[in-house]
Amino acid sequence: MSDDRTFVIIGASQAGGWVAQTLRNEGFEGKVILIGEEPYLPYERPPLSKAALLGEVTVDSTYFWQQEALDEANIEVRLNTRVTAIDRDAKEIEIEGGDRIAYDKLAITTGARVRKLPIEGADLPGVFYLRTMEDTLAIRAAVKDGATAMIVGGGWIGLECAATLTKLGCKSIVVEAADRLCGRAVTPEISDWMYKFHTEHGVDVRLSTGIEKFEGNGQLERVVLPGGDTIDCSIAVVGIGVIPNVELAQDAGLEIDNGIVVDECARTSDPDIVAAGDVTNHPNDLLGRRIRLESYENAQNQGITAGKAMLDKAEPYSEIPWFWSDQFDANLQMIGLPQDWDETATRGDEASNEFVTFYLKDGIIDGAISVNNPRDLRVGKRLMQGKKQVTAAELVDPETKMQALLKR
Amino acid sequence: MSEIEYHAVAKTDEIMEEDVKGVFVGDEEIAVYNVEGEYYATHGICTHENVGLADGFVEGDLIECPLHSACFEIKTGKAVNPPAEIDLKTYPVKVEGDTIYVGIEK
Repeated sequence: MSDDRTFVIIGASQAGGWVAQTLRNEGFEGKVILIGEEPYLPYERPPLSKAALLGEVTVDSTYFWQQEALDEANIEVRLNTRVTAIDRDAKEIEIEGGDRIAYDKLAITTGARVRKLPIEGADLPGVFYLRTMEDTLAIRAAVKDGATAMIVGGGWIGLECAATLTKLGCKSIVVEAADRLCGRAVTPEISDWMYKFHTEHGVDVRLSTGIEKFEGNGQLERVVLPGGDTIDCSIAVVGIGVIPNVELAQDAGLEIDNGIVVDECARTSDPDIVAAGDVTNHPNDLLGRRIRLESYENAQNQGITAGKAMLDKAEPYSEIPWFWSDQFDANLQMIGLPQDWDETATRGDEASNEFVTFYLKDGIIDGAISVNNPRDLRVGKRLMQGKKQVTAAELVDPETKMQALLKR
Repeated sequence: MSEIEYHAVAKTDEIMEEDVKGVFVGDEEIAVYNVEGEYYATHGICTHENVGLADGFVEGDLIECPLHSACFEIKTGKAVNPPAEIDLKTYPVKVEGDTIYVGIEK
C-alpha cells in the first residue's frame, strides 16, 4: 500500500531527527522531509561545551544518525535551508528563495537561540556565544593556551565552558550578575558547593558582578566593569540563556505563550501541526503545570511523541524533568523543577564531591541534584514518580539501600 | 566456531539482587548483574556513548545507562530505550560454588 502523503519537519535538531525517525519506526511510508538551516545533520549538543570544544571528537561523531542511516530510512534531509513562512491555509511552507513545499502534516522543532548581551562591544570579534556547532568550532579556533577567557553568566553553559577552557590552558574568569551560581536551578547550598568546586579547579568566579562593555581595537582586548575597572582578555563567551524560536509559528497564527503551546501529545492549536523540544510550552501531568524545557531528554522524548501524534497514534507524554552537566571531573544530574520544598536531605559527602541532595515536600521527593552519584539519583526519580513516602533521615543514612525504598 | 573460555570475575555475594558490578577480563570491560538471584553479563559500555554501565541503575531485568538513560535488557542485551539503538553484547555466565565466571571467546 503506497502512501502519497508528505510530512515536513522544520528544524534538523535532536527533536526534529527523532520526529523523522519515529515516523519511520512506526511504519509511515510517505515522504519525510527534514529541513535544517545549519550545514550539519542533527547533532548532539552536550559535547559542544565539552568534548567538541576540547577537540576530542569530530563533527561527524556528534551526529545522532549518519547520512547513510538517514538515507536507509528514506528521510530526505535538506540542510542550509531556511524556512521563511508557514501557510496553514494552503498547507505549504515557504523556504528562502521563494520555493514552496506542500505538507500533509508539519512538525516544528526550531529550538531556541541564544539571548544576546545588549552592551557596547558585544559584536567585537572574540566575543562568542555557545549554542551551535559553528559556535563551538569558532571558539575552539580562537582559543590560545594561556589566554584569559571571560565567561559571562554563571549558569550551566558558562560553568561547563569555564571548565573546558581551563582544561585547554586558559585562565577562566566567570562573572555572574546574581550573588550565586546557577541561582535559578539549584539551592544556595549547591551554589556554594559549585563556587568552591570551580575555585578549587582554578576558575576565578566573581559573583554579583556585571559587565559594562567590551573593548578592543577590531578584536576583543578587555572588558570594562561597572565602576571602570578593566580585565584584559582575548576571548569572551556569553551564556545568559536562550529564547525559543517561535516566530514562524507565531506568524502563522499558532498559539504562543513562552513557546509554542502544545498539548500532552505535542499537538499545537492546528490539528495538522505538532511541535517538540525546547520551543514548546507543554503540560506536565507529574508536576501539575505547564513548562518549557531545555533538555536532552525532552527533545528526544517529546520528538518521539510528536512523531506518533502525526500518525494519529497520540500518546500523552509526561516525565519528570531530568538534566545533567559535566564540569571538570564532576557529573551533575538533576531531577524535577522543585519550587517549594520543606526540607532537604544530603546523602554522601559534599567535601568528597560525591553526593545527592533530595528536596522533600510533605515526605515526598520533589526534586534532587547529584554530584558523581547518578545511581542514587535514578532511584530518587523512581521514588518521585511513585510519590513514595520517605524521610530525610533514611535518605541520609548510608546503611539505607535506596532500591529497598522503592519496594515498600 | 570459536571456543569459550571462562574467567572468574566476582564472588556471588559481591553483587546483590538488582545490582551490577563492573569487571575487566583482559581489556574487555564487562558488567555483571544479579537479576532475581541469577547472574548475567553484558559488555560494560553503553552502545550510545562511552559510559560504563556498572554505574548504571538496575531495575527488574533492565539496566539504565547512568548518563543518558538508555535502557537495555540485561538477559538479551536488547536496546529498549533511546538514545541507544544498538544492542549490547552479552556473555555466557556460570556459577560454581560462590564464584561467578564469564565466558569470553578465545
